[in-house]
Amino acid sequence: MIPGAFEYHAPTTLAEAVSLLKEYGDEGKVLAGGHSLLPMMKLRFAEPSHLIDLNGIDELRGIREENGVIHIGAMTTENELIASQLLWDKCPLIPEAAKLIADPQVRNKGTIGGDIAHGDPGNDHPAIMMATDASFVLHGPDGERVVPANGFFLGTYFTLLEPEEILKEIQVPVFPRNTGYAYSKLKRKTGDFATAAAAVVLQLDGDICTKINITLTNVGPTALKAEEAEQLLTGKVITEDLINQAAEKAMAICDPAEDLRGDVEYKTHMAGEMTRRAIRQSLDRARGN
Amino acid sequence: MAKQHISFTLNGQKVETLVEPRELLIHVLREQLGQTGSHIGCDTSHCGACTVDLNGKSVKACTILAVQANDGEVLTVEGLAKDGELHPVQEGFMQEHGLQCGFCTPGMLLRAYRFLQENPNPTEEEIRWGMSGNLCRCTGYQNIIKAVQYAAKKMQSA
Repeated sequence: MIPGAFEYHAPTTLAEAVSLLKEYGDEGKVLAGGHSLLPMMKLRFAEPSHLIDLNGIDELRGIREENGVIHIGAMTTENELIASQLLWDKCPLIPEAAKLIADPQVRNKGTIGGDIAHGDPGNDHPAIMMATDASFVLHGPDGERVVPANGFFLGTYFTLLEPEEILKEIQVPVFPRNTGYAYSKLKRKTGDFATAAAAVVLQLDGDICTKINITLTNVGPTALKAEEAEQLLTGKVITEDLINQAAEKAMAICDPAEDLRGDVEYKTHMAGEMTRRAIRQSLDRARGN
Repeated sequence: MAKQHISFTLNGQKVETLVEPRELLIHVLREQLGQTGSHIGCDTSHCGACTVDLNGKSVKACTILAVQANDGEVLTVEGLAKDGELHPVQEGFMQEHGLQCGFCTPGMLLRAYRFLQENPNPTEEEIRWGMSGNLCRCTGYQNIIKAVQYAAKKMQSA
């Protein structure tokens, strides 16, 4: 399969890329790792007449920490996330989840920014970003704005990104002490999207859970935040009974599409089980077990 | 659409060609440059039969535009043997019967080649993880793992 015809642009600066995007409007599309866009173009689900390749823009790569916030360039690849000692030390949920994405070759090309900006509910980073209280720096012709991950995902392939904006950077607060975290992902095989997955980040003060984020992958039109489940557990000593009640609340917001991975009932049930597992593992880690 | 001139290093040799931007690297390698060792399997970046080395990293050439290889360095199975001597990964696949029909083999070899640079002394589990982007429809995985172990040992002792 070969994509439809397009003109190829390889800008070397973000400013150049944004001006190309402005010039071509709806006809233009930016290319990150290409492992979602190129398959869509091969199937003619996407037919941009101008493809703007971001791979030559150095300022979009790299991971650094500044004042308790980790800055990740949008074109940082999944394998670069996995190789980052800074992330393993300060926000280990991100590289741990990246290890569950695709396969070694695809992780060499696939980027965190592409995974986020594509708006596919099957992608893993949206739920991870919402669970880690990340923000996104969106760069447009009139400057930059910073928006929280929670609220960025509006629908399938539909985000807060304006047509002339490019996701430049992801900002993630460093995990405080006594943080527990987990990403439980059920998939049929290596490289598959999640049948259902749950991300949890929580903080303990003694035995009391002072804060918890619970987010879900691929069981709705976007990644979902299980707010009622979070409220149930916040300020409490989390027991097995409360974990089961939280999982029920998480299942209540699921609205998965039936496909070869399972029907609605099965996927919803699995989302509940992934939620239970992620909460339990997060508790163990927060307690230092 | 106008063709673009690209040049890159293929198996140590400089090559130049004209491509449409929409042409994928695998098509240009096979159809324009005559290097048919890299295979098109699923054509959807799942199976890994088209795996080549681009700028020191394993990639799936069915999901990379040929223009993206411009000025780069590409290694395919045709470039593995040197001076008539098989590369240790090739020798390993031969000695350990790491292939049955052989269709997945060029991709397996190129991934094994790069994986062993990344991790020269891997455990069996690390090999399974490192080779997980390559599928074998004959399901000959046990011997593929043994072949990679053979190559690792040979390269360590070299």
